[in-house]
Amino acid sequence: MTPAGKYETTIGLEVHVQLATQSKIFCGCSTRFGSSPNSQACPVCLGFPGALPVMNKEALGFAIKVGVALGCEIAGRMKFDRKHYYYPDLPKNFQISQYDLPLAAEGSLELFGDGQRRVIRIKRVHLEEDAGKLIHAEKGDASLVDFNRSGMPLLEVVSEPDITSPEEAYEYLTEVKSILRYLDVSDCNMEEGSLRCDANISIRKTGAKSLGVKTELKNMNTFRGVKIALQYEIDRQKAVLEEGGKIIQETRLWNEAKARTFLMRTKEEAFDYRYFPEPDLVPFLIDRETVESIKASLPELPQKRYERFVENYKLQPALASIIVNERDLADFFEESAKGYPRNVQLIANWITGDIQGELNKRKLSMASLGLKPEAFADMLKLIDEGVITGKIAKGLLVDMIETGSMPRELVKSLGLSQITDKGALEAVMEKVIKNNPKPVEDYKNGKTNVITFLVGQVMRETKGKANPKIINEMLRERMGKL
Amino acid sequence: MAEGLYKLTACKIRDLIEKKEISVDDVVGALTERIQKTDKKLNALISLEKADLKSEVERVKQNKGGALYGVPVAIKDNICVDGRLTTCASNILEGFRPPYNATVIDKLREKGALICGRANMDEFAFGSSCETSCYGPTRNPWDTDMIPGGSSGGSASSVAADEAIAALGSDTGGSIRQPAALCGVVGMKPTYGRVSRYGLIAFASSLDQIGPITKDVSDCALLLNAISGYDPKDSTSVDIAVPDYTKSLKNDIKGMRIAIPKEYFVKGIDKEVKAAVLNGIKTLESLGAKCDEVSLPHTEYAVSTYYIIAPAEASSNLARFDGVQYGLRKKGKSLIDMYKDTRAKGFGSEAKRRVILGTYVLSSGYYDAYYLKALKVRTKLKEDFDKVFKDFACIVTPTSPTPAFKIGERIDDPLSMYLSDIFTIPANLTGIPGISIPCGFTKKNLPIGLQILAKPFNEETLIRTAYTFEENTDFHKRKPDI
Repeated sequence: MTPAGKYETTIGLEVHVQLATQSKIFCGCSTRFGSSPNSQACPVCLGFPGALPVMNKEALGFAIKVGVALGCEIAGRMKFDRKHYYYPDLPKNFQISQYDLPLAAEGSLELFGDGQRRVIRIKRVHLEEDAGKLIHAEKGDASLVDFNRSGMPLLEVVSEPDITSPEEAYEYLTEVKSILRYLDVSDCNMEEGSLRCDANISIRKTGAKSLGVKTELKNMNTFRGVKIALQYEIDRQKAVLEEGGKIIQETRLWNEAKARTFLMRTKEEAFDYRYFPEPDLVPFLIDRETVESIKASLPELPQKRYERFVENYKLQPALASIIVNERDLADFFEESAKGYPRNVQLIANWITGDIQGELNKRKLSMASLGLKPEAFADMLKLIDEGVITGKIAKGLLVDMIETGSMPRELVKSLGLSQITDKGALEAVMEKVIKNNPKPVEDYKNGKTNVITFLVGQVMRETKGKANPKIINEMLRERMGKL
Repeated sequence: MAEGLYKLTACKIRDLIEKKEISVDDVVGALTERIQKTDKKLNALISLEKADLKSEVERVKQNKGGALYGVPVAIKDNICVDGRLTTCASNILEGFRPPYNATVIDKLREKGALICGRANMDEFAFGSSCETSCYGPTRNPWDTDMIPGGSSGGSASSVAADEAIAALGSDTGGSIRQPAALCGVVGMKPTYGRVSRYGLIAFASSLDQIGPITKDVSDCALLLNAISGYDPKDSTSVDIAVPDYTKSLKNDIKGMRIAIPKEYFVKGIDKEVKAAVLNGIKTLESLGAKCDEVSLPHTEYAVSTYYIIAPAEASSNLARFDGVQYGLRKKGKSLIDMYKDTRAKGFGSEAKRRVILGTYVLSSGYYDAYYLKALKVRTKLKEDFDKVFKDFACIVTPTSPTPAFKIGERIDDPLSMYLSDIFTIPANLTGIPGISIPCGFTKKNLPIGLQILAKPFNEETLIRTAYTFEENTDFHKRKPDI
């Protein structure tokens, strides 16, 4: 019997990203999502005989951007190849892709999420066209094909097998997505299929020299799904090895509902794609000047921004990493910091707390939320000035989002100013003492922490407008006299 | 005047219409009568719809003029015409009406030409005899027991028999030049990239080129003018200004250096063909050309190289004919059955042979040995030609090693069939332009063709040389007795 040993995991990821170009990669059809089936298709993306592909320059520019951002070497000469397999959603029964001369290769990406730097090497980045979508009709035995997606520009980013855990895979995906969003080349919406991921995974005894036999995982639809599927696969492979079995090189499909992987095909059943150079597209020469000018025009990328946030704003690394992850969150942070430089840590807390909460609730991005950083900064000032309480501010933030008004106007129109007048507060305090005999009795018996409860009651009565500090003082004084 | 109009050339017809001596209706009427009389014997034109012809005439009448005003042109059945049957003479494209025009069709119509019929061809242009068509074989007007050559057999036969004033064909390994030679007409394969391939149903994308088949060299220049030029819809078309080819119709080759490659006059060539071509060379010399023997040492590898590259590309291009979107569909029990049955029923045996051959040479493990090696030989062949063109304006050879052969003679012997393109294939592999012109007749009154080859984008040299030869000989004036 083999003693259960320790294993290490090796993961490589292939990410397919739909580029947010105006038109498809080889024709003029629109790339809009959600149009009625087959309304965005032409002879070229339908693969009609005689129709020919023409390269979309915008897609090429986007792809070079990504290659440069990932620190890749950009090919001076690039060509396309045909990858053959039969499937009804693939109108030509071959996909125009790139085989031996990818657009970009040998890059790397740094992960910095938990403050520890790790480098994941990027093997290659290449362009290809997407296939259509097969829909199985609910009635009858027919299948339907929607070719709106056929010919959408895809970028495939392939990592080296440098990822060592499902958590790291999750982090890698988050970082890739973040970079793509910073570059404004894809909306990376997994639900709309604009970002998809396959994984290669193997395990081996810790310290073993050669890699274990890998399996390929497909059909993971969320980043979380990738993480869970990889963990499932590690456990499955371990179990096989522990029972004295062997891992077989195969492709497995993740089934999210059943939370397990299923065999799709073995190595023997793998397709022979019969790649050969696409004769309808002449090889492209990419001159150094173009690459250099794209390089020069790149925005500050998340990693650099993270370093700057930690360095210049002295933000906690964990908060900084969450904020820089989304470009528009980070932009909002910096704009707000200009209006409220006194306490940027507070800004970060608000962004990762209440603001993130509102975004999640509304399923919106920062850019589409409609909250202006000047307004937000002014709201923080109102707290400092003692005009409103922190608690009122939470409600005010929601009002600001919903009305788009400036905070000072809202405070005025809604009467949200803090009550600091002791006379006004005294009546409320007396009412609270009268209505809560039990806590008051407890206080007298030495349970002084019930004061927090009583402060809360006053706040409730004043709809949060009371100044909690003053109430606290007043209550202590009053109770002392009881 | 209307009588015998069908015998005229495109230049003559346009001039007469311009002078208002005849009308478009006169021409179409004469031609329709001619087709009715002769095409039962020839089967050169297929799927000619009366309503189509009527609408063509109506459309032309709305045009004010143009270099091809009122000229009826037969179109090979692999060139897409919007809304018209375009089947590549294959059952698999049964009923297929493309929703778009090939670029050459738009260009011809712009110049005032009208489409007078779809020309028969070998299925998907696979063949040298026009026997593999699903519509049955086309016959040679000089002897209806004989093949007209192929694959543009219908185009050549219809022009030779005066059923069309001119025609478009496509040439992948000699498919314009060889049938033109065998039918005693003029056929040109332009430089690869000179004429847009958009809308030409691809056989081998890196070799295919559309070109004219005409009654004389002047018409050839006229049609070439009309169809040439860069097309943004075809990435392999070349953006080089198109000269006025009619300006090269000069009766003057004094001092022109012409190369005679010894590899094109070896054993296997028909004695009468050899004698006629050598005679033609003497004629050129007598007109002031300087002819010297040269060597194109890699000639012997051309046919085998071609039969790797062409089927490889064909197997890929024909993958799209699967019964999913258009053409024939045989309902199967499963998806795989549908694919299998559709392709088994839809493709003829030569198409199947080439798909199997092409699939094999692209398969993993064989790619390097076959396809990659073939690409290397292709480069060698190109070097051979580059060397000769350093010193010579053009190269003269026989077009085909034999005159027309009997229908059925080679259909079961693919190898001997493939060898009929031995002299035409090198121009496709190297992309250079070539023209075939009548240069004699056998004792049995079968036409013999002489081929002239020139540097890329030097069609002017071909036209000038061919025109000079034509002006000083009578071969092109002879008409078949049909």
